[in-house]
Amino acid sequence: MDLENQKRVKDLAEEHGPENIVVLLGAAEAEASGLAAETVTNGDPTYAGPLTGVSLGLKVYHVCEPEVKAEFDPQVYEDQISMMEMVLDVDEICSEMNSIREQYCKY
Amino acid sequence: MNSVIKGTGYVLVHTPDMVLHNGTTQTTERIVNPESEYLKELPKHLRSYEDVLSYYPNQTYIGNVTPDELAAVEQPWHDKKAPMNDRFGPFGEIMPQEEFLLLMQACDVFDLVKLSSDFVAAHKDALLKNEYVGPAVEGRLAEGVSMEEVEKLVNEEHAEPLYHGNVLVGCVKNAHDIDVNLSAHVMLENIVSKASSVLAMLHAVRNAGIDKNEVEYVIDCCEEACGDMNQRGGGNFAKAAAEIAGLDGATGCDVRGFCAGPAHAILNAASLVAAGTFKTVMVTAGGCTAKLGMNGKDHVKKGLPALEDCLGGFAVILTADDGVNPCINLEYVGRHTVGTGSSPQAVISALVTNALDKAGLKINDIDKYSPEMQNPDITKPAGAGDVPQANYKMIGALGVKRGDLEKSELAAFPQKHGLVGFAPTQGHIPSGVPYIGFARKSILEGTINRAMIIGKGSLFLGRMTNLFDGVSFIIEKNEGKGQEAGVSEEQVKGLIAKAMKDFAASLLAE
Repeated sequence: MDLENQKRVKDLAEEHGPENIVVLLGAAEAEASGLAAETVTNGDPTYAGPLTGVSLGLKVYHVCEPEVKAEFDPQVYEDQISMMEMVLDVDEICSEMNSIREQYCKY
Repeated sequence: MNSVIKGTGYVLVHTPDMVLHNGTTQTTERIVNPESEYLKELPKHLRSYEDVLSYYPNQTYIGNVTPDELAAVEQPWHDKKAPMNDRFGPFGEIMPQEEFLLLMQACDVFDLVKLSSDFVAAHKDALLKNEYVGPAVEGRLAEGVSMEEVEKLVNEEHAEPLYHGNVLVGCVKNAHDIDVNLSAHVMLENIVSKASSVLAMLHAVRNAGIDKNEVEYVIDCCEEACGDMNQRGGGNFAKAAAEIAGLDGATGCDVRGFCAGPAHAILNAASLVAAGTFKTVMVTAGGCTAKLGMNGKDHVKKGLPALEDCLGGFAVILTADDGVNPCINLEYVGRHTVGTGSSPQAVISALVTNALDKAGLKINDIDKYSPEMQNPDITKPAGAGDVPQANYKMIGALGVKRGDLEKSELAAFPQKHGLVGFAPTQGHIPSGVPYIGFARKSILEGTINRAMIIGKGSLFLGRMTNLFDGVSFIIEKNEGKGQEAGVSEEQVKGLIAKAMKDFAASLLAE
């Protein structure tokens, strides 16, 4: 994850309390989604950014996961996400996200 | 009037030492974690010049291997050798580092690049022998300085060292004692960009078969900024490079837009030609040292060569309609506007289907799409996937949503209307433009009729806006109707001669 974004996530979690934060991802691949999810839960796995060694344990979802989709106005989802839903390997992304949440999510 | 693509230049420069010393992944690591395993391992993963020459995507970039031929080679490509290892191709060349360091010295007009005299003596002839570059730099090459002077500048005056084969061979000096915008680091990046731009320009002029003096205007679209503390992005890379390339009849300016810069610049250039403001306009961009080895950590971790070891450069020459070369269609342009939004669906709709709607075309009426042409050999091991393929899936999915395609046709869409990525991950360099050379060739040969070039840019990286950006345009076959109105001087002379002959013949007959 971009170092500046790590800093922003860290600052927001401190400001609002980690239990009040949900991180929503839009990455195009399961691996990239997993890396970003791991960064905001267990810490930066590349040891490069402000979240290195910082386990925030935040709630983190990919925008194509069913839990998130259910929260959307269906028309907005159709206009904004449906094309990507057709393109992405949603099952693989969901399984990666579930695995990261099971391991590291604290909330 | 239409503007046509007269010629292109595509160049790579193999710079293994700059990967180690100037790539930001490495310079950041050296600050954050100087004893890291990665920094120790990376030098073992650098490729030789010969390996870089025989790397399939590189031979594609300079035009020796077509994208179709590359697509037929099974990925990954880094463990295979192309059947040729030519330095030169129909679009340009792959220059070795030692010659490039001399080219940087020739492009420096402020006495900032200092190379050791031994190094200059050892490699000068090779650069001068280059038929494209030699004539332009002859008389601009300094003899070099002593190694003592280089070491003193590096150790005592904050000069940026230049290495070849991990041996110090020169440096780039500060251009100002205090101003960070003129620091040795910035000057090195800017001179590298300028020199690789010059190289691409020289190839483009030669490939277009025009006289250098015909170029009236140059637009640079790299992602660097040159200026000083009072005008940090003052510019003008375009004119600076045009001076070295010997385009004495040209002025120019810089156009920026992150990775979308080249597509914006080509639209600007095509419009200047179409409006009749200038007859011949060149768009050019040099490469970027900062991005060298950007994904090196993943490549090293996976035991791969450090594949981001080349600077990229390109130049495209646009001229008034000659009735032959492919045209840039300025009527049906795609653009991402402030109100578009940033979801991929909104972006692709704005860039692709809006233009098609205006033109009354369907998704499959475009023979080839050229979006972000990053080499997947580089991006896949880094977890970024196959970028061009991802774009084709999105364009295809949009086609299905519009009813232009059946869902069952989706899987075959990328292969039919797409290309494999073959450009180095140098930001603006892979952004749509690498295909223009092949598009011109394929349209002239009649194998395709239309191509769409799509440039996208991540404006948010500059922290001035959260917006995304992009523009797209269609290159199409020249129908031969739009040739410049009127007749040439030769034609007038021919007509007069014929009339005189006819008149004489009629007199004789009488």
